[in-house]
Amino acid sequence: MSVLNVENLHTYFETDRGQVRAVDGVDLEIGDGEIVGLVGESGSGKSVTALSVLGLVDAPGRVVEGSIEYDGRDLQSLSDAELGALRGSDISMVFQDPMTAFNPTQTVGRQLHDVLRTHESGPVHPLVRLFGFDHSKEYKKRVIDALERVGIPSPEERYDDYPHEFSGGMLQRAMIAMSVLCEPSLVLADEPTTALDVTIERQILSLFRNLVDDLGTSVLWITHDISVVAALCDRVVVMYAGKVMEEGPVESVLSDPQHPYTKGLLQSVPRYDEPDRELYVMEGSVPNPIDVPSQCRFADRCPEAHERCFEAHPRLYPTEDGRAACYLAEESLAMEEKL
Amino acid sequence: MVGGVIVVGVFAVALFSAIDDFLLNRQLITMLVADPYETDRFARLLAPSLEHPFGTDEQGRDIFARTLYGTRTSVVVGLAAVGFASAVGIVIGSVTAYYGDPIDMIGMRAMDVLLSFPSILLAIALMAILGRGLENVIFAIAIVYVPTFARITRSEVLSEKSEQYVGAARAMGYPDTNIVSREILPNSLTPIIVQFTFSMATAIIAEAALSFLGLGVSPIHPTWGIMLSGARQYITSAWWYSIFPGLAIMVTVLGFNLLGDSLRDALDPQQQRDAEGRM
Repeated sequence: MSVLNVENLHTYFETDRGQVRAVDGVDLEIGDGEIVGLVGESGSGKSVTALSVLGLVDAPGRVVEGSIEYDGRDLQSLSDAELGALRGSDISMVFQDPMTAFNPTQTVGRQLHDVLRTHESGPVHPLVRLFGFDHSKEYKKRVIDALERVGIPSPEERYDDYPHEFSGGMLQRAMIAMSVLCEPSLVLADEPTTALDVTIERQILSLFRNLVDDLGTSVLWITHDISVVAALCDRVVVMYAGKVMEEGPVESVLSDPQHPYTKGLLQSVPRYDEPDRELYVMEGSVPNPIDVPSQCRFADRCPEAHERCFEAHPRLYPTEDGRAACYLAEESLAMEEKL
Repeated sequence: MVGGVIVVGVFAVALFSAIDDFLLNRQLITMLVADPYETDRFARLLAPSLEHPFGTDEQGRDIFARTLYGTRTSVVVGLAAVGFASAVGIVIGSVTAYYGDPIDMIGMRAMDVLLSFPSILLAIALMAILGRGLENVIFAIAIVYVPTFARITRSEVLSEKSEQYVGAARAMGYPDTNIVSREILPNSLTPIIVQFTFSMATAIIAEAALSFLGLGVSPIHPTWGIMLSGARQYITSAWWYSIFPGLAIMVTVLGFNLLGDSLRDALDPQQQRDAEGRM
């Protein structure tokens, strides 16, 4: 059973210089209680994919084509109000930099409290609220519980602190507490550890792992750091220039990558167990997202490119236990069938 | 600091004259100086003395008492007009900025139309249509200031809108009204507060100018503009008649401007850093 099923998603931005195809035919499936890593370079369309799911792509961007199904419901057919009710309660998001993701003028506790009030209390008459007959007390307790669960010491005292009084790591914990406050079935985490140092990163990763195990939440973990994927995720999706290049279980993709791009990506990660190995540097750079040619997106940089690659971008071909958008995968598939 | 003291003083005088006039039937001011409305044909255009510290006007009324009472009109018109203008301007500015085109286009072009008139001319025209009266003065001046507040709010909201905490608030599913009122506006208030103070100063001048031209509040009320207008004929013979109401305007406006300056320095760390860097 999958929580989220994205098919053939196209999100384009109309700019003065032309159409930017930020997301160009992405398929993405996230199963129940699964942590899926979405890996790619800057500008590969990872974040835009997540924003498209939430319906938060701003003009001039637009979801041009494709279907986004959450829990069997087509998200694109929902009204703004229905989508708003879903955001933050059923699907929530964790942002990269916790220092800027909180409103600086309100206390952290208040901001978490507001999430519960928005999604759970429904319309409360101002007079009722004035006399305190709402759920404020209960909500405050739940917020404090949530802060405690993510490992914030003395949460009662921190409740009334402003974001600038928190450290980066603590604030990201609070952000995570906020994102799971309504026990969502899907959390979109957009590089939540990139702004933190490595020791804090480890803590946040294990915190997430525990939350997922406790709550059964599914997570889409967006990152450019393959080592984080290795440590945390069940499945990985590699994106490049708006396309999915390869996907599959983390162990098999990382140990036996099928796509030349994934291979290059893995070889450019420094490894402490091979100190003398020279770091691999991929030739060329990410193609211009405006007026993309019809050839394989990676063809110009690919060490294994051949004639076919310059004709059309390959579709995703099944590999041993995943899929790869490469003609090499098709060829090995055909070989197997012959045998 | 000095600005703050002056502004507090001005408000105190305005409050005093309001209470004295409406609740105490001008007993206090009469006891202290003289009744600002009482004419005395034997005391016309007297120079400043102990009995009349600022002298008297052509009807023998005490200029000191009238100047004190005039504060009330200036403060009430200034506060109400700028308050109304900022309320309307903040709503227009945040709605246009938050929703973008085409609402933005329509709203801002409407503001451009208002801005294309010289402000005092627009106020005069509005007064000519509406006729004299306190609420009309407030309305006419308020209309003139709406575009200023709309533009400042719009630019602030535009820059705050792209901040990540606004994106986070949207991802949390907050309704638009909450995002604007609770997330964006509290973070955009600084320049609006500063502009409020500066606008108070110019609104007080505008009120005095309208009164001076005979388009302000009813002429029986003592206001600085009306006093100046009356003093015009006697400017060569009775200097005190025009000097003191003029000084009152000047000191009040200076006070608001100084307050605005220090508020800007205190509230805007960026600018403060720049200023220190230059030294």
